[in-house]
Amino acid sequence: MKVVNNLTHSVDGLGILKGRAAYTDDLADKNSLIVKVLRSPHAYAKIVKIDSEEALKLPGIEMVLTHKDFSRVPFTRAGQGYPEPSPHDKFVLDEYVRYVGDEVLAVVGSDLAVCEEALALIKVEYELLEPVLDFEKAIDHKSIIHPEPEAHEMFPIGFEPLRNIAASYHMHVGDVEKTLSECDVVIEETFFTQAQAHVMLEPHTVNARMDYQERLVIYNSTQTPYHMRRIISQGLNIPLSKIRVIKPRVGGGFGGKQGIHGEMLVAYVTYKTGKAAKMVYTRKEVFESSYTRHPMKMKVTLGADKSGVLKAIDFHCLSDTGAYGEHALTVFMVVGSKVLPLYNKVDSVRFYGDVVYTNHTPAGAYRGYGAIQGNFALESAVDMLCVKLGMNPIEFRQLNMMKETETSPIFEIMGEGTAGTAMIMETCKLEECVEKGMKLIDWNDKYPSKDMGNKIKSVGMAIAMQGSGIPYIDMGSATIKLNDDGFYNLLVGATDIGQGSDTVLAQIAAEVLMTTMDKIVIYSSDTDLTPFDCGAYASSTTYVSGNAVFKAANDMLEAILVEARRILKSKEVEFDGVLFTNELGETISLIDLSNEITYSEDQKQLSVTSSYVGHKSPPPFMAGFIEIDIDKETGEVDIVNYVSVVDCGTTINPKLAEGQVDGGIVQGLGMAMFENVQYSKKGALISNSLMTYKIPTRVDINNLTTVFVDSYEESGPFGAKSVGEIGIDTPPAALANAVYNALGIRIKTLPITAEKILLAIKAKERN
Amino acid sequence: MKIKMTVNNQVKIFECEPSDYLLDTLRNNNYVSVRRGCDTTNCGVCTVLMDGKPVPSCSVLTVQAEGKQITTVEGIQEEAEKIGNYFGEEGADQCGYCNPSLALTVYAMKKELVNPTIKEVKKYLVGNLCRCTGYISQERAIMKYLGDKS
Amino acid sequence: MKVSEYIKAKDLNEAYELLREDRKNYIIAGGAWLKLSVKSANKLVSLDALGLDKIVVLGDSIEIGALCTLGQIETNELIKQLYDGILVQAVSSIMGVNIRNIATIGGCVMGKFSFSDIFPVLEVMDTTLVFHKQGEVSLMDFLNNPKFEKDILVKIKIKNNLGKGFFKKVAITALDFSVINIACSKTDGLFSLSVGSTPYIASPCYKAMDYINCLSDINLESIKECANKVVEEIKFSSNNRASKEYREELAKVYISRGIKQVSNYEN
Ligand SMILES: Cc1cc2nc3c(=O)[nH]c(=O)nc-3n(C[C@H](O)[C@H](O)[C@H](O)COP(=O)(O)OP(=O)(O)OC[C@H]3O[C@@H](n4cnc5c(N)ncnc54)[C@H](O)[C@@H]3O)c2cc1C
Ligand code: FES
Ligand code: FES
Repeated sequence: MKVVNNLTHSVDGLGILKGRAAYTDDLADKNSLIVKVLRSPHAYAKIVKIDSEEALKLPGIEMVLTHKDFSRVPFTRAGQGYPEPSPHDKFVLDEYVRYVGDEVLAVVGSDLAVCEEALALIKVEYELLEPVLDFEKAIDHKSIIHPEPEAHEMFPIGFEPLRNIAASYHMHVGDVEKTLSECDVVIEETFFTQAQAHVMLEPHTVNARMDYQERLVIYNSTQTPYHMRRIISQGLNIPLSKIRVIKPRVGGGFGGKQGIHGEMLVAYVTYKTGKAAKMVYTRKEVFESSYTRHPMKMKVTLGADKSGVLKAIDFHCLSDTGAYGEHALTVFMVVGSKVLPLYNKVDSVRFYGDVVYTNHTPAGAYRGYGAIQGNFALESAVDMLCVKLGMNPIEFRQLNMMKETETSPIFEIMGEGTAGTAMIMETCKLEECVEKGMKLIDWNDKYPSKDMGNKIKSVGMAIAMQGSGIPYIDMGSATIKLNDDGFYNLLVGATDIGQGSDTVLAQIAAEVLMTTMDKIVIYSSDTDLTPFDCGAYASSTTYVSGNAVFKAANDMLEAILVEARRILKSKEVEFDGVLFTNELGETISLIDLSNEITYSEDQKQLSVTSSYVGHKSPPPFMAGFIEIDIDKETGEVDIVNYVSVVDCGTTINPKLAEGQVDGGIVQGLGMAMFENVQYSKKGALISNSLMTYKIPTRVDINNLTTVFVDSYEESGPFGAKSVGEIGIDTPPAALANAVYNALGIRIKTLPITAEKILLAIKAKERN
Repeated sequence: MKIKMTVNNQVKIFECEPSDYLLDTLRNNNYVSVRRGCDTTNCGVCTVLMDGKPVPSCSVLTVQAEGKQITTVEGIQEEAEKIGNYFGEEGADQCGYCNPSLALTVYAMKKELVNPTIKEVKKYLVGNLCRCTGYISQERAIMKYLGDKS
Repeated sequence: MKVSEYIKAKDLNEAYELLREDRKNYIIAGGAWLKLSVKSANKLVSLDALGLDKIVVLGDSIEIGALCTLGQIETNELIKQLYDGILVQAVSSIMGVNIRNIATIGGCVMGKFSFSDIFPVLEVMDTTLVFHKQGEVSLMDFLNNPKFEKDILVKIKIKNNLGKGFFKKVAITALDFSVINIACSKTDGLFSLSVGSTPYIASPCYKAMDYINCLSDINLESIKECANKVVEEIKFSSNNRASKEYREELAKVYISRGIKQVSNYEN
């Protein structure tokens, strides 16, 4: 391979670093009206009266939008395929506000200052309702968060709004209780994870204008331009054909930009007034009024026999979806479906529980998507079981974990929102990942810990898996067209949000077409120009969209060969990417061929479009190892190194793949150690700025060692699986395990802060 | 009011209000490489050079920049190209939102620190947050750039 | 921040008059904290034209102009030497270089931040403040008295003593406020101890100092006792960053480590 799996600079990094206009707000119309939302100060209230008379008198104020301006069409902002597995429980604006930060109304004015002045003049009367702030008490709480009759599910997801249940699920294989009763060693433990924030550095933003065909053009920092177009069309009753969504460069998404934010309001304003409009979230709005990771409570029961064979897993999960049910069921299911198959040799397994509504910031899609929560619980529990068994945790995993050519019944039972797809692990190099990681971290020397005076050094590890798209649901497609002068346009609906998919997809096309990267001009995504793609989520882009590009490139190859055979008047033509040669040794270059078919003879535009739907979702696997130094007197933790050994199939772009893992690890470490989510007693988010919500800085991260094992997934483009999410899964459990290995202290609630560690040390000393 | 300053070696007179911050003045005048990431002076995305030193433009009033030399990444294109190529080599560019401001800070650091260690580099750049890369690849690229004496 | 007018004062008198004129007039130094703390200002009075951005040695003191940025201070060779460079350590622990290039020492002092990393260090050195109207006052006078709030800080004077110093900031990430911060110094055989961000503004630990400075010799036992006295004497509380209990533990540990370090104590 010449381009794939070789060092290739990203196609866009240089221009972006040099400061070219690239992001949504860089492209906003300078005269845009500003749309600014008044946000609820109350966790749960009914709007009784809105008095905006004074505000409307301000020069520059165009309009004030309230729930009365919108028809009562419930939708979901989740940004998923149709029909969505998320409940339709949101109105553009509603007479109820369901969390601090929820939309009360919107003012539209000529600049931000006048909008802010207007917001201060508007008087809103609320009838306060009792909020549900403790997710463990949400079910059958006397406050019902979605009493409105319009809210509904699109197909059965266990939606019971009158009980504050957004979704529920149950699956089992075998008889867990019976198996557990026969086990020699059983542990039962409960774990908690927090509502991590995405903190993509570009805040959510959208702007819109009407074009000269009187169509609505929306520039949107989104992961899902096609879903966006559909949802806006449905929500505002604008014909789909009248809407064009352009996704410029996106400044990070991590799942947070899969869902809808200000799109409905901005689209409405422009469509209604004919004037350009825009909205840029403040960082506070990003924290309070977008989405978070679903906080969860997970009770894990594991049973094994004396020899260390894991026999049963019983996993109960309670998930908090906040005020609206975006991704409620699907994130919940991934807690099980992309975690439990790691231990596929059990006799029985059960996974069940509920996703509940509370009056907190809604939860939504976030890299890891349930797998990080489930991984923390299961991989912590496994180490705890090992302590009880008196067994080395690595040996336990080597004995019990998934291996190549094996399968798990869970694949068939659990999909995302629906039943799943049976599959055999054609590639699973977990054993090699574990072995290699042990060497790189020097496990045998450092495990479990080493006393160094004030500090103690220790190591901990966890294994993980993810998926590669959603089989039979996620579709990607690609159009390739040949230009005169012999270069290609590659048009994809796949959404580059910084993960490098434009580069990776161009590499796939270049490899198939035997050309160099400068001959492939990639463009993503514009619903008028690029073919459909479900968008950037579920680790689908490289595998699903990559396969579409692979197919399209092969179709293009075939198409240019047809032309070459015609021109060279021969049935046997060979092509090396530059030159076509027939059996007589006559040649024509691609440049000449392209010029000829463009200008001279039998002129035509060569263009092909291909699509791909996955029929399975081959999981990438990894083993993560952390080395830490803990100050025994203060609990402070230094992360010395994090070793990741990853099986993601072929790395189309090894450096970008490494970047995906590194970035995931550091976000995972953020969740594991630093990112503390705090609410006030009244349910307001206290950690609502970068001053109060601390993400890892470069000083907090000393070193990352990321390597890939050789692996080739037949079904993937050039052997690739996905790599976008897998990196985030292991840090919480690896850290928890390392802290235990150092101090014999088990922290089961994230984040694992120095304070929790020290207070646990003190409590242990007292006992 | 009218405020005069030099932006990327060009004398500019901006019409602004006393409440305007340099970030917004620059963006409104089409220096779109300068971007906002937070409201609390925590992220570093808005960093520009003022008289050669990195400053958060979200927290400098436009009037405070009167008479100063302001440099955005558009003003250091050659060095940015070098930095960008090292970033490309290391796969250190992801969403890129942090990159123009990081490049400016790295450029200033190269002038200020002599043969810094990786620890010193981390400390110097700590105010430039990145949520995508995990930092390490950026730092590999930056160390290479610091070693590039061309 | 909404601002009606920005005025570059021509001299300190003018600045002073403008400051006193209206409750909503403010001195602006770097403006970094003003941006976060003031919603609307009438006049912002800049001291930029007054040459208050110099660091000089005069007599037995180092004088730091109120408008010196934190960046200037951390790169100053004299200050790097002072008490093993604790002021440089404290200053360089604050945010990133970009903020430190605008934030001034005057703003840090006048802000009287409870989380301040500067005060513990200033408290364990021999520090005085020079105001435009009220002249030279001791640091503790300033901290205990609100009457300086409507005066203009001109400079900070630190005795150029030879002494050992220790500073520790405990923070959740390298870009956060302190969970706690601690400074210790030893000059002419006498210890000076201060704890800040408790979460209240830094305070010298008088009783602990009295105790340890009366001993002829220190040992592990007396260091521990001294650390306990710090926790007895200083008020600690919980906030979003840490609990009272955790702060107390940290204070004990780092006071002990500080004492050991400034006295070259080895067990
Ligand atoms: C995001 C952020 C994080 C920070 N983190 C820390 C931290 O971890 N530790 C820490 O110690 N500090 C921290 N600070 C504070 C910082 O160090 C500065 O102290 C702060 O920015 C004030 O400096 P300034 O020059 O910007 O002051 P300004 O904002 O200009 O002024 C601050 C106040 O002081 C007054 N003032 C300024 N100069 C004078 C003068 N000469 N005479 C009279 N009054 C005056 C002003 O009127 C104003 O009330 C942080 C600041 C920010 C913005
Ligand atoms: S925008 Fe975040 S520091 Fe300026
Ligand atoms: S590359 Fe996205 S924030 Fe740095």
